[in-house]
Amino acid sequence: MRIASRLLALVVALPVVALAQGKTIKIGVLNDQSGLYADLGGQGSVTAAKMAAEEFGNKVAGMPIEIVFADHQNKPDIGSSIATKWYDVDGVDAIVDVPNSGVALAIAKITADKNKVFIDSGAATSDLTGKACTPNTVHWTYDTWSLANGTGKEVVKAGGDTWFFLVADYAFGKALERDTSAVVTANGGKVLGSVSHPLNASDFSSFLLQAQSSKAKIIGLANAGGDTINSIKAASEFGIVQGGQKLAGLLVFITDVHALGLKAANGLQLTSAFYWDRDDKTRAWSKKFAARFNGREPSMVQAGVYAGVMHYLKAVQALKSKDDGKAVVAKMKALPTDDPAFGKGTIRADGRKIHPMYLYEVKKPAESKGPWDYYKQIKEIPADQAFRPLDKGECPLVTAAKK
Amino acid sequence: MTTVFGIPIQALFSQLLVGLINGSFYALLSLGLAIIFGLLNVINFCHGALYMLGALLAWLMLEHAGIGYWPALILSPLAVGLFGALIERTMLKRLRGLDPLYGLLLTFGLALVIQGVARNYFGVSGEPYDIPPQLTGGKNLGFMYLPNYRGWVILVSVLLCTLTWFVTERTRLGSYLRAATENPLLVQAFGINVPRLITITYGLGVALAAFAGVMAAPIYRVSPLMGADLIIVVFAVVVIGGMGSIFGSIVTGFALGVIEGLTKVFYPEASSTVVFVIMAIVLLVKPAGLFGRTT
Repeated sequence: MRIASRLLALVVALPVVALAQGKTIKIGVLNDQSGLYADLGGQGSVTAAKMAAEEFGNKVAGMPIEIVFADHQNKPDIGSSIATKWYDVDGVDAIVDVPNSGVALAIAKITADKNKVFIDSGAATSDLTGKACTPNTVHWTYDTWSLANGTGKEVVKAGGDTWFFLVADYAFGKALERDTSAVVTANGGKVLGSVSHPLNASDFSSFLLQAQSSKAKIIGLANAGGDTINSIKAASEFGIVQGGQKLAGLLVFITDVHALGLKAANGLQLTSAFYWDRDDKTRAWSKKFAARFNGREPSMVQAGVYAGVMHYLKAVQALKSKDDGKAVVAKMKALPTDDPAFGKGTIRADGRKIHPMYLYEVKKPAESKGPWDYYKQIKEIPADQAFRPLDKGECPLVTAAKK
Repeated sequence: MTTVFGIPIQALFSQLLVGLINGSFYALLSLGLAIIFGLLNVINFCHGALYMLGALLAWLMLEHAGIGYWPALILSPLAVGLFGALIERTMLKRLRGLDPLYGLLLTFGLALVIQGVARNYFGVSGEPYDIPPQLTGGKNLGFMYLPNYRGWVILVSVLLCTLTWFVTERTRLGSYLRAATENPLLVQAFGINVPRLITITYGLGVALAAFAGVMAAPIYRVSPLMGADLIIVVFAVVVIGGMGSIFGSIVTGFALGVIEGLTKVFYPEASSTVVFVIMAIVLLVKPAGLFGRTT
């Protein structure tokens, strides 16, 4: 009896799932909706994804597009179970955004196992297109290597040759510390030490005092979001900058600068893939975004979600099919990218999206003309130098292709 | 340079001082919790949310009415205290005499509502709040650079804790309060308005939280989650100190701040868990807490 009822349930459930998979394109925005990374992605990423879908008239190759979202709470186990349910039960075809490297690495694996599509914008670890690369992953916006190569290299060149790191104690912080240390030593600098702090720590004064006593010229902040904000605030309070040491924010989002205020953040150098006020195209797109999102300008993560979804839909349109995740990603790699946020670009064999990165400095309060007018550009890092060379990443896809 | 366990003694001193600053906040918050639990038998889970509300009000006053730090230090706790009195009058009052769990569930729900509403309007990154101009800068103490504002936090928190302890333990009002907890019926028979006394106590307890919130605003971000991040640690402090023991919560607050500070030197990764390890040990050895009465 029990077996019979289970079989019945299966028979009833199967066509429903198949139906759901066949008729609509479902894109799941999976990110931090409530915690320390919610402002840089969160609902803004959902808005960005919806904007991309609307540009296709919410329909591609005859299939309507549906955007869903969920909160992974920065926990890999929660993220994994949402992803599994989305893929197996709800008929989701692609997962986008996923900040928090720990969660992103888990989703990359699940997506490959289920042969779906994973377009990451929010996570930083360069392992996504390195050791942990899969034929189903595209890493869109930035990564730890490009951040280190941008901010790290410039700071060492400007004479900041001794470093001490404040590291967020999980996959992202460790990867950022590793990649930046490599850049620092390669350019003739020295790393004097580091201290790991728990994710979402409330008080940084103690860690900063340790950095202070190291006497390093540069204190590298290998953390993000709320953690970076609190580090910078405490540093200005404890007179670290007046004492002659400099802060290098290795991953700073515009939402962080907004929360800090220019008074605390001015002079900070940072690397970003996107700034709303860069050119006419970014301004026009950001204006549309801000109009729908309480007047807040998009972060580079949100811009990356928009551009990533756009390109995904283009690939589906070209293929006229969405069912084979590997084929869709292969098509994404074959097609050149073009969108208002990042301009023209390409996606490499290892899944790395290639575009220029920009080194910015945060404006002084007097230089800013109003809210969100925060950055001045120091330098453009051309696309061919902005990311880790293809052969240095140890991505199995690349090494296998060579043999 | 002299070292202790391989750590320069200067670094150790500065960490102790930093720990003391954090301890100030633990003490201020756990004090309010202890008063409320001691006198009302309510486990006030919305304490963190009201602490956040205090900071948020200070920010709103500055942003929209131009009211600065000093007036906000009075006005914001006053407003939150009145809000607390309203909560007590309209909701908590109905739960009197029931299992304390009901109060816990109610206040936990309130905390979620308050935080959710704040998050909806202000996002999670938080808003900047400047240190008042009178307290910017700092002093070089030889072993470390102490920002004036942090020194002010320690000073005020010690003063306020002493004052609260004095009022509850050494004044007539305090004796009414304590008597009302022991036997409300009898105290009422003596002509004292016990329900009003309880409302005032709850209002005062949450006003303390709001005060701590305004004090914290210039140090941390004014963010809807600032209370949620802190409240669990503060509860651990109250449990270690002994539920309802005012003196215990003050001493434990400062002590745990210092212990946490030292952990950040010797094994930083454990700094967010050390308080709970201590809590587990204390509960095993002395279930009523270090300063709690076993009844």
